[in-house]
Amino acid sequence: MSNFVVGLVIVCYLAILFVVAYVAEKNQGSKWVNNPYVYTLSLAIYCTAWTYYGSVGIASSSGISFLAVYLGPVIALPLWIVVMRKVIRISKQHKISSIADFISMRYGNNRLLGALVTLTCLFAIIPYISLQLKAVSETFSLISSNGSYEATGFFDDSTFYIALLIAVFVAFYGTLSTDTSKHKKGIIATVAMESILKLSFFLAIGIYITFYLFDGTTDLYNQASLQENFKQLTSFGGLENGFNWLFTICLSFFAIFLLPRQFHVAVVENDNESDLRKAIWLFPLYLLLFNFFVIFIAWAGNISLPDTVNHDYYTLLLPLQANNYGLALLVFIGGFTTVISMIVVSTLALSTMVSNNIVIPYGFIKTLVEGNPEENTKRIKNIRRAAIFLLIIIAYFFYIRFSVQLSLYSIGLISFVIIAQLAPSFFLGLTWRRGTARGAEIGILVGLAVVFYTLFVPIISQAALPNANFVEDGLFGYSWLSPTHLFGLDYLTPESNAFLWSISFNTLTFVGFSLRTKGNYRERNYAEMFVNHENYGNLQEGGFIWKGEAYVADIKRLLNRFLGEQRTNRALRLFNKKYNISETEERADARLINFSEKLLTGSIGSASAKILLSSVSKETPISLVEVLTILEESKETKASNKLLKEKSEELAAMAQQLKAANEELRIQDKLKDEFLDTVAHELKTPITSIKATSEVLEDEGMPTELRNRFLENINRDSDRLDTLIHNILDLEKLSGNRSELDIDDHDMSKTIQKAIKGVEQIALKKEVNIKFPKKEKMFAAYDEDRILQVLTNLLSNSLKFTEPHSGKIKILLEDLDKEVLVTIKDNGKGIPDEDKGYIFDKFYQSKNQNVKKPQGSGLGLAICKKIVESHKGTIAVDKECKEGTRMIFSIPKQQ
Amino acid sequence: MKQKKILIVDDEPNIVMSLEYAFKKKDFEVFIARDGTEALEISDRERPDLILLDIMMPEMDGYETLKRVRDNKELSHTKVVFLSAKSKEKDVKKGLKMGADSYMTKPFSIKKVISDIEDLLG
Repeated sequence: MSNFVVGLVIVCYLAILFVVAYVAEKNQGSKWVNNPYVYTLSLAIYCTAWTYYGSVGIASSSGISFLAVYLGPVIALPLWIVVMRKVIRISKQHKISSIADFISMRYGNNRLLGALVTLTCLFAIIPYISLQLKAVSETFSLISSNGSYEATGFFDDSTFYIALLIAVFVAFYGTLSTDTSKHKKGIIATVAMESILKLSFFLAIGIYITFYLFDGTTDLYNQASLQENFKQLTSFGGLENGFNWLFTICLSFFAIFLLPRQFHVAVVENDNESDLRKAIWLFPLYLLLFNFFVIFIAWAGNISLPDTVNHDYYTLLLPLQANNYGLALLVFIGGFTTVISMIVVSTLALSTMVSNNIVIPYGFIKTLVEGNPEENTKRIKNIRRAAIFLLIIIAYFFYIRFSVQLSLYSIGLISFVIIAQLAPSFFLGLTWRRGTARGAEIGILVGLAVVFYTLFVPIISQAALPNANFVEDGLFGYSWLSPTHLFGLDYLTPESNAFLWSISFNTLTFVGFSLRTKGNYRERNYAEMFVNHENYGNLQEGGFIWKGEAYVADIKRLLNRFLGEQRTNRALRLFNKKYNISETEERADARLINFSEKLLTGSIGSASAKILLSSVSKETPISLVEVLTILEESKETKASNKLLKEKSEELAAMAQQLKAANEELRIQDKLKDEFLDTVAHELKTPITSIKATSEVLEDEGMPTELRNRFLENINRDSDRLDTLIHNILDLEKLSGNRSELDIDDHDMSKTIQKAIKGVEQIALKKEVNIKFPKKEKMFAAYDEDRILQVLTNLLSNSLKFTEPHSGKIKILLEDLDKEVLVTIKDNGKGIPDEDKGYIFDKFYQSKNQNVKKPQGSGLGLAICKKIVESHKGTIAVDKECKEGTRMIFSIPKQQ
Repeated sequence: MKQKKILIVDDEPNIVMSLEYAFKKKDFEVFIARDGTEALEISDRERPDLILLDIMMPEMDGYETLKRVRDNKELSHTKVVFLSAKSKEKDVKKGLKMGADSYMTKPFSIKKVISDIEDLLG
């Protein structure tokens, strides 16, 4: 394939990336850009050219030990979720935009520490980036020179242009906003897409090699097992090699947290904490798929290709050897895309760190304070863009100068060992509040020194002083000082050796110095807040405690410089509203300081933000005791606020209930009043009559016949009084509880017959015919006396309102499965329609009754209703009945 | 002296019977109505000197009856006395405010009712 064709493919591919980033950036809110799958795929940035090419190389020469680098993250994931949740929460709260910012903030926005972490990352990542460039360059020449490539250090200018194009891409999409904590959807979308591409292409080539070039995994195994070094490739190599495994797993475990690109995609770009839940199973699955064919490709390469070729490129050389150029091109693009995503995110993360943790706090802060907002935005963006170009150019030259001789795998591991130096200050910083900035700084420096001595000195001395043998014999002839076998441990690989000793010394000095130094109050505040994040997370704008003097006007002026007037005013308005602070307040309090610091941290990093704010405020030191008291107080306030809130909600609910109950009582009371009024009236009527009548009876000259009539009136009124009192008491009793009922199984037809017998005399006298035709047994549970009362009442009403001689009353009893239904129908004058709705009310007497007032208390039907309802039954008058009256009641068979 | 005409309006026949007997004994000309409608009919016809009026009656109640009587110019000389079981102070006040000449409560003493009415009629 010609250079031109491959170059064209590369350019086209880069154009696609630009478009994808553009579309994603345009549709920031779309669910295609914001979902847990994009998040998980962006985590797969862990897989670089090292994975894509290097794993095969290692597998072909040292067997399965390549797996350790992927086992680390998989093993770490459960813990990763727990730690990440905390890290993400803290970072979101403080607008942290890089690992350097994170560590520097934990130790009190320490400027030196931030710079040191940034430098460490640069040391680790620049060689790593050049390793990626190397992969591109080498695969480019492999594919464009028809497979005749042999590892000669061949350099093609195209790599330089590719590097520049990548720089342009990052510079454009990475610096759209000055606030580095803002999400870069465009870049993340391309990274996710690239993760899909690199996996699919790698799987495609794996399947092609295993099942097309060879006859499946068994065939490969059989052929590979004939090779002389096969046994070595498939064994763990005893206890010593076990240690190497362990250390490599630890290394990659740290790397998944600490690599700047990993921190960037996992923390800074995290939208939603719950995305982590998807990542916990999807990410290991991704790694598993990626590594599935590695060993088979390695075997296939060992079998089919001469030993002189670079083992790292088996994936590309195998299809080329089979003259499958299309597939080779796919593999090349897969590798290329892997490289691009790694370089893009790494330079993005590093450029943020360089600008926010070195350039701005150490050089530009004065200029920025004096500049106006537009200039400052431009300056900050320019600093980042310059950093991006510079980083890529440095990486490019590093690649030309050094990495040509090194394998992908070894550069990768060296990079991991360096980045692991951040582990003690990062992990211990999250859990141990005694850790101090001084301890962290010295720990990192010591760790780096050990790495330098154990890893770089041997490489340099090999190149510079080929005759010096102190690497083998040890410094000054002391063999325990040998860089590669420090303290006489001679079975470790150089990387494991370097990792073990550097991390041990690093941790020891970190802990030692932390215990010796106390750290200033600021460090202790932040330590408390990072370690005890759950408790203080939501307090006081992120919990930072500050004491001193500052003026709102000064702070506003400062914010104006970086955010512009409009954004500053909006932010302050929201702030004032949130905390209910008057717009005219002149003095700034701790919350405003924190709030402003957070706003600035996004743009210029935490260390610079701290410096800027302290330039406009006079901060008074505050003791740890004070800090703890304040934190404790606000914690208590928060707790008691919560308690108060719960209590007041409880009270509100109770008040509501009371109000309802009160209303109910009021209605009941009114009903009771009305009832009593009516009762009084009803009682007074016969009393009045008796009193008046007895007064008239005093007249001695009254004719006997009239006298007798008056006496009879008295008698009737007394009866009426008696009935009334009896009924009122009855009604009240029924209004109480059901326990008054004497419930038992009875035959309803028998009860009806009893009721008929009770009114028989009156019926006979009035010559009214009562019919009860179907006398079937029908049992139900009820209080017989009460139901008898109902029946008697209904029958009496019918008797009262039917005409003598022609009156007819008919009783029907029906079985309704779960209840019994009784109907009493008469051919009397009926109830007027307008009265039908009220006849069951107390003291309601139909207005259209006989001219002669009937004898009734007005409580009869009200009592019937109460009785039936206390049996859980219903009673009603048939509103459709046109002739006479039809009363219906039912009671359930089972009570 | 001309016989005074009295109209007793009440829906309780036993009470009416006693009052009727007592007033006749005192030489009143007594008319009986069982509700407001009937009372207005008789008033129109007989122009009674006094109406003894119950309040709580079916159909037209005592208040409405009083209003109709007061609206009738022909009955301007007719005195109206409430005789009701509604004995609360506010009921009494209400009755008097509506234009009743007197308000008597049930249960009552017939002697007192008659003497008060005699006073009222001069």
